[in-house]
Amino acid sequence: MVLDDPTTRPAPRSRARTDAPWQHDVEQDDLEHIGKPIRKVDARSKVSGLTRFADDLTLPRMLHMKLLRSTVAHAEIVHIDTRQAAALPGVKGVLTGKDLPIPFGILPVSQDEHALCPDRVRFVGDPVVAIAATEEETAWNACRLVEVEYRELRTIGGIHEAAANDEPRLHDYGVRGNIHRLENLEFGDLADGFAKADHVRQDTFFFEGNTHLPMEQHATLAHFDKDGKLTVWSSTQTPHYLHKALARTLHPLPAHHIRVIACPNGGGFGGKSDPFNHEIAAAKMSMLTGRPVKIALTREEVFWCHRGRHPVLMRAKVGVSKTGRITALDFHSYLDGGAYGSYGTASTFYTGALQTVTYAVDNYHFRGARFFTNKAPCGPKRGHGTPQPRFALEVQLDKIACDLGLDPARIRLDNLAPRDSLTANFLRIGSMGLGTCIEKVVAGSGWNTRRGKLGRQKNGRYRGLGLACSSYLSGAGLPIYWNGMPHSGVQLKLDRSGLVTAFCGSTDIGQGSDSVLGWIIGEVLGIDPLGIKVVTADTDLTPVDLGSYSSRVTVMTGNAAMQAAERARDIVADGVAAKLGVPAGRLVFAAERVFDSEDPAKGMTWQEAVCAAEAKSGTIGTVGSYSPPPSAAKFRGGGVGPSPSYSYSAAVVEVEVDAETGIYTVPKVWMAHDIGRALNAAVAMGQIEGSVYMGLGEAMMEEMAYRDRTHKGNRIFVHKIPSLLEYKSPTTLEMPEVVTYVVEDPDRNGPFGAKEVGQGPLLPMMPAVANAIFDAVGVRVDEVPVSFEKVFAALQAKQAGKEPRFGPANDATGVPAVDFGESLKIKTPWQGGDGTAWNEPKREKKAAK
Amino acid sequence: MPAVAGPAAQPHSRPFIRPGAPAIVLAPMTEPGKVLATFHVNGEPHEVAFPPHKTLLEVLREELNLTGTKHGCELGECGTCTVQVDGVPILSCLMLAVDAVGRPVQTVEGLADGPQLTELQHALADLGAAQCGYCTPGILMTAEALLRDNDRPTREQIRQCLAGNLCRCTGYLKIFEAVELAAARCRGEQAEPSKESIHGS
Amino acid sequence: MLRLPTFTYHRPKTAAEAVRLASEHGKEAMYVAGGTDLYPNMKRRHQVPTQVISLQDVPGLHDVEVHGSGGVRIGAMVRLTKLEHHAHLKQHYPGFAHAVREISTPLLRNMGPIGGNLLLDTRCTYYDQSHEWRESIDFCMKKDGAICWVAPGSPRCWAVQSSDTVPVLCAMEAEVELVGADGTRRIKCDELYRDDGIVYLTKRPEELLTKVFLPPPGAWKASYLKLRRRDTYDFPILGVGACLWLDGDGVVTKANVRLGGAGSYAIPATETEKLLVGNQLTDERIAAAGSAAMKPARTMDNTDLDVYWRRKVAPVYVARALAACR
Repeated sequence: MVLDDPTTRPAPRSRARTDAPWQHDVEQDDLEHIGKPIRKVDARSKVSGLTRFADDLTLPRMLHMKLLRSTVAHAEIVHIDTRQAAALPGVKGVLTGKDLPIPFGILPVSQDEHALCPDRVRFVGDPVVAIAATEEETAWNACRLVEVEYRELRTIGGIHEAAANDEPRLHDYGVRGNIHRLENLEFGDLADGFAKADHVRQDTFFFEGNTHLPMEQHATLAHFDKDGKLTVWSSTQTPHYLHKALARTLHPLPAHHIRVIACPNGGGFGGKSDPFNHEIAAAKMSMLTGRPVKIALTREEVFWCHRGRHPVLMRAKVGVSKTGRITALDFHSYLDGGAYGSYGTASTFYTGALQTVTYAVDNYHFRGARFFTNKAPCGPKRGHGTPQPRFALEVQLDKIACDLGLDPARIRLDNLAPRDSLTANFLRIGSMGLGTCIEKVVAGSGWNTRRGKLGRQKNGRYRGLGLACSSYLSGAGLPIYWNGMPHSGVQLKLDRSGLVTAFCGSTDIGQGSDSVLGWIIGEVLGIDPLGIKVVTADTDLTPVDLGSYSSRVTVMTGNAAMQAAERARDIVADGVAAKLGVPAGRLVFAAERVFDSEDPAKGMTWQEAVCAAEAKSGTIGTVGSYSPPPSAAKFRGGGVGPSPSYSYSAAVVEVEVDAETGIYTVPKVWMAHDIGRALNAAVAMGQIEGSVYMGLGEAMMEEMAYRDRTHKGNRIFVHKIPSLLEYKSPTTLEMPEVVTYVVEDPDRNGPFGAKEVGQGPLLPMMPAVANAIFDAVGVRVDEVPVSFEKVFAALQAKQAGKEPRFGPANDATGVPAVDFGESLKIKTPWQGGDGTAWNEPKREKKAAK
Repeated sequence: MPAVAGPAAQPHSRPFIRPGAPAIVLAPMTEPGKVLATFHVNGEPHEVAFPPHKTLLEVLREELNLTGTKHGCELGECGTCTVQVDGVPILSCLMLAVDAVGRPVQTVEGLADGPQLTELQHALADLGAAQCGYCTPGILMTAEALLRDNDRPTREQIRQCLAGNLCRCTGYLKIFEAVELAAARCRGEQAEPSKESIHGS
Repeated sequence: MLRLPTFTYHRPKTAAEAVRLASEHGKEAMYVAGGTDLYPNMKRRHQVPTQVISLQDVPGLHDVEVHGSGGVRIGAMVRLTKLEHHAHLKQHYPGFAHAVREISTPLLRNMGPIGGNLLLDTRCTYYDQSHEWRESIDFCMKKDGAICWVAPGSPRCWAVQSSDTVPVLCAMEAEVELVGADGTRRIKCDELYRDDGIVYLTKRPEELLTKVFLPPPGAWKASYLKLRRRDTYDFPILGVGACLWLDGDGVVTKANVRLGGAGSYAIPATETEKLLVGNQLTDERIAAAGSAAMKPARTMDNTDLDVYWRRKVAPVYVARALAACR
């Protein structure tokens, strides 16, 4: 049965086998599948409701688990009494912190979480007791019967409060007080850079935290079977890291007795990248009760899981020449990390790392501080740590263009980071299509004729255009834990039926990573991608892939798949060559056939080819793996930022502002995204449009708002709006018209030249909206979200003759006073630097494991 | 319909007896406090015993194992649990299952005719409009109802129609385009996605 | 998954039977119309009736009847979607039809009837939260707790009137029919509500709202303007219902302006009304009337968006709602 209409397929074109094993000529344009709008491998299941998400799974005798969570923001646990709960009919298991004493955390440097808090709770929502029962209602009712006695501690509510109060410390590790991390990196000669500047600006910005809000609430099903093996199905983006966390916390259960299967994620966006307390508790509960245990979080609990965008205060000082060329940048960021470490160390570095990748910054000083506060922990959300500084710098550049009377598009084009270069902080840029991106959106939006001239419309509202740019990683250059093993592995099995099965640890979170495997392997072997079977995200069956985060999958999994496929092709070619009596190098793999490029009639079907190869070489299986190129940055902290390649984006946003109220709409967006090469046109478009959407939400409305009240001496500190109704996200009615430009500047490190797609274009949305508001009504909102009330406040300030701005205090009081200590000083490549800090204390070299 | 009691409220209430059952019942046919009723889901009868405080969502997912219907909030705030009752798209998390008894219920599993997908399903697949796919069943059940009533919906009508279905992946645009594409194909046109929507401008 | 607590479910066949059941069970009982307000509240354990009385089988509540005068009688169980698309309502009651369309989402309007919208529970960001969340603030006086978090010194609850249709129906002087144990009464919409976040209705709990009466079209014009973050889903954080009676010279002979989302009931903007009556609707007059609107309002920090901003933009919204009546 033909399930998909073959008429949408391109006509097959022959392609000679390349000589190098997996270095493809990225300029070749005779690709059969790559770049075409082929359906995703799971498209039919997804439109039929047949995709099984974690909460769709059930097992016989399955118990339902609920977590009792802290109702106070910061307290010591004095006493827990679970006797009444345990006695409730239907309750089969009760766990508290003492049952899971081993801490965990995504990063080796911050193993600061417990599945159930043993002695201390750090935010409203921290889990304390887990109860499993035959019915979910029973477990919920039983949770209400638990008595927990707390001794409340002072609550640390935000960045300024954390900086001012060393006590009580949320954690007994970190730099000091409630400072989790301090980074201080200096590249080049700042004094010289600012001395060369004709104009220096200093601004303060604030980016409020927001969350991923995946439509699927996290769910986990755990089954500890009678053979002593544990299987955990979960909505996780990182089955490998969950596997590690389970092996650690469930000690002495051996790691090889644990199997993690990541179900298709109903949206992740970074929010399912940490190992979570509920996953570990469900596993332990299954071990305790000997029955399958499921937990499906409520929407409110998803807000407690969080790991979303850090609230970041920023102070940026930038020097430019008369023509707007950046001479020096001094950037401070202050991150509100919430209650736990999570990815926070990486997040802190990411607020500083990519400044040099978008625009050339010859002299750069970055200081970053992350604080612990009594909020749901922050972590990686789409763009991880980079949207906040991007907002600050893109708005600041707009202000500078304004100060100097320059075109905001021109000033960006004049500052582009050069392609094939090393940045001041030793990041290696390969392909770089930002210039093209800017030109596309400038032309498309009519920027040169419309900017600054739209003004008042017939309906009394004011229109304006704003432009902003960004860059983003194609995966992190280093793994989360130090090791020398590949970041991604793919195994291929070729069957006599002609079936090719790809095994890979990568996880499809909706971005299409399963399909990426199919497209690449199908292209290399000349077979239908939809005929390839893809087995992913199962730690028993699939080789490790680190997970779906930091836009790493297309490049890393893609390269591994390519290597495995090319090795398979070589084996098949040997078999076919022997049978046909043709040199292997002359064989073409296309259109489900293997044939002689000089006599296309001479050949065989793919299935015959596999059989010929199996007859010659035996059972056919190949592997491919990928590790990113070594980083040029050797200073401490240089591990965050390197990537095989960087994507680029430019956006122009049009806004329409009601000057009487500050209410505005975004009628149209022009977005250009340099992704190296689109592996699948339609899917790449979807990623870009999704980024525009999510960025628009962050720009206009999304925020993790907290209620901070004191009553009778007790402080109440709780998320204000943990619901889909009140945590505002854009609906069909807010989504603007989007003109998308897919810019293809192939990169040598990517499969077929591909780079990341889908995180980068989120970044320019927030600053472009703020810049467009300025173009429309002449006020600055230096804070995200750029909500209506802030636009209104800035308009009122303007009316009152004050600075037409809303944002944190634009002087040294806007940010906390933090002693960052001495900076690590790194000579830039053009100063003759070798990537090390000349004042860094010598460290013992750790061997890769 | 007589009052039907939940287990806690009236633990020993009389079970609801299936129509056509023999006059003499030797043993209770359901647990106390449960309703025994026949649902007509996707054109097929399903007999289920369930407590009356269960929502249609719970019965579909947990009793009938029709897990294609999703849930994202259970409070009527997201649209992922949308099914059609009497042909009207409604939020199954806010309808009691007992209120759906005797009325045709349509879920995403029942859209396709055997292996043949509907035009809207095809269009969503062609355009990659189901990314994570979690909101997709709700979108389908809402938009299929629109297409039934309107074979030429405007972009604005589609936006308004889907204004109760949240999606976090797509930015909705591919979904709008898919509804338009499906409408055109339903009208018998040889419609293909525009070049701009597939390859960009 | 959030789930409903257990309850006994009734589907009476007549209004009288419904009222009898409600009287019999007293505080344990609640009516349910569409369930779009009650069931979320039950799932969050704000409202925990053990007896739920559905009105779907009660006859006579499902129709829209247009009288010879042009006036309309709407059964309480008529779904909002039906009203939204009703040709007569769209033509002769555009302000009301618009208000209906502004309610929540299309899916919810497919389920929710007008009666339920009129009796919508008052809302508050300290109240419309899960049981667990409310535990973390030690609850509030509207349910399970002692104080009002919005105004801790206050002896009353400040939950917010959040129905979209109520301000415009009150302004239009629509009426409702209530069926009780002792018979039927018909009252003005205005008289149905009280200025209290908890006991926000004047009707007795067992009284059944059966019908809404729209006055015949005439020399009046009504409008509704809603302030909120997004154009769907969101409840009003200000809902201006205005109804102006104009004479042949365009002079306002009577004015009703109600502010929804600004207190526990649809508050009459009496100053605004006074400024309008006897005057033509000039831009200046409208602006002045708008500026006077918020004096009686009780806008507090218990809805979406900033309370200061809401107060500041309210005059603009009132003025625009008035301008729409020209």
